[in-house]
Amino acid sequence: MSTTTVERAHPAAAPAVQVQPVTQVRVLTSEWIKLRSLRSTGFTLLAAVAAMTGIGWIISSATAARWSRMPPGRLAEFNPIDTSLAGFHLAQLAVGVLGVLLVTGEYATGMIRATFGAVPRRLPVLWAKTALYAVVTFVLMLLAALAAFYGGQSFLGEHGTTLSADGAVRAVIGAAGYLTLIGMFAVALGFIIRSTAGGIATLFGLLLVAPGLGELLPSDWQPHILPYLPSNAGEAMFAAHPDAAALSPGAGLAVLVTWVVVALASAAVLLNRRDA
Amino acid sequence: MIEARNLTKRYGDKTAVDDLTFTVRPGIVTGFLGPNGAGKSTTMRLILGLDAPTSGTVTVAGKPYREHPRPLHTVGALLEARAIHTSRSAYNHLRALAATHGIARSRVDDVIEMVGLQDVARKRAGGFSLGMGQRLGIASALLADPETLILDEPVNGLDPEGIRWIRDLLKGLAADGHTVFVSSHLMSEMALTAEHVIVVGRGRLIADMPMAQLIAGASTDTVVVTSPDAAALGRALAADGVTVTSTDATTIEVAGLTAAHVGDRARDLRISIHGLAPKRASLEEAFMEMTRDEIEYHAETPTAGRAA
Repeated sequence: MSTTTVERAHPAAAPAVQVQPVTQVRVLTSEWIKLRSLRSTGFTLLAAVAAMTGIGWIISSATAARWSRMPPGRLAEFNPIDTSLAGFHLAQLAVGVLGVLLVTGEYATGMIRATFGAVPRRLPVLWAKTALYAVVTFVLMLLAALAAFYGGQSFLGEHGTTLSADGAVRAVIGAAGYLTLIGMFAVALGFIIRSTAGGIATLFGLLLVAPGLGELLPSDWQPHILPYLPSNAGEAMFAAHPDAAALSPGAGLAVLVTWVVVALASAAVLLNRRDA
Repeated sequence: MIEARNLTKRYGDKTAVDDLTFTVRPGIVTGFLGPNGAGKSTTMRLILGLDAPTSGTVTVAGKPYREHPRPLHTVGALLEARAIHTSRSAYNHLRALAATHGIARSRVDDVIEMVGLQDVARKRAGGFSLGMGQRLGIASALLADPETLILDEPVNGLDPEGIRWIRDLLKGLAADGHTVFVSSHLMSEMALTAEHVIVVGRGRLIADMPMAQLIAGASTDTVVVTSPDAAALGRALAADGVTVTSTDATTIEVAGLTAAHVGDRARDLRISIHGLAPKRASLEEAFMEMTRDEIEYHAETPTAGRAA
């Protein structure tokens, strides 16, 4: 390195650097740069959109093609809105994995030390990551849910419906809202568990395994537990035709929001208490 | 100014930092020396609030680090372990850090150029060599024009040119009134950079003194004597109460006497001398002597055959 660069490094020779206080908005900007500058973000969000739209379309067109051969029981259960939005089952996994990774990726690489070095109060990072991911997920998943709905209805043809049908708007917005809340829950889980494998295992366990295990509980316990699991509460909030045991849409939303709030509060407490 | 008061950190039943009290003053480079595992990195993490102390306090410019409104401007830090997402480019890493303090993009370009990373700044940091990683860490530390600089083993992985650059940079910053706190396990490197030195071993404070004083205290003079009758000369000197070590049949090392003294004594005893050379203890030896009992991980090396 030449002498010139050494002199440049000398603060007396360099112009004064403008440095502002750390604020929540500045931390949000920083997290936005971080989110956009990882290639895995784009791939995973693309996978979520593809799952949400693709699966809805495939199931809708398969249903229309095999309509005449469907058993009467299936026909009675058939609902064009829920059929077109069936992709949320897979999309929630992509959204959840990315939510966990946004946090645990920093712990795994050591980036978290740089993050908390710049924002030693830590909580603004939790709020920024959660809020940012919620907005990104909601916007993308709302577009994906709309595409899944319109595409699905056109595949269903004469068996399809329109957005003005009873429960259709709630289902489309609710599906996007459900995926958003799962994303926020996953971010909180990332801060609580801090390891990628542990975070994803816990999330999948809650979303996929817990409902199945719940079915094995004594039948008089089930009504007190099953509807309150995040996946079942979420489905209750947006399914046009939920099953009989489900909560009302409002109660489903309230239960899922409670899960998210409790997870975020636990994350906040642990974040302040633990060593980085 | 960094002030640690009775700073203690325990992980489970292991004490990493044990009741450390010290002050790092502005205007000079302060070296933080100790063998690996002595608690240097932990102390630095405590200063930055990444870990919370079990007891005691540490402040920077009068306040705990987390209470400063512009933390990166108060302290620029390079920690030993890498603190960067391996899939992100150096440029985006610095931009994300800069954004938290509203620092302009032009400053990001400046620090990249300052550390000489302009050719690789847009590449994944995961592919960086150790030296490039260190340069990026130094760029992050300098980003917000910090008042205090804390660097954990900054010369690790740097080439000689980079080491000289760091040395000049640190001295320049200190001369401008900044507080500079640099850790190392290499005494010789510190001797060239630091004016003041804090030595730790097993988490405890061993020394806190000007470098010049440490060097003066370290140089116990030894004279290496070669003589066909080394054993007899050794016995005579040992009888005078001087410490004598015999290295082989014709060579002895005499501690605490000047070469002139040893030569005169040999003439009195009518013992012929074939070689007489003063030898100063190296700083590294002094440091190892100082921390010998405090080293966490000893290598099992057989000691050289030494008879008195």
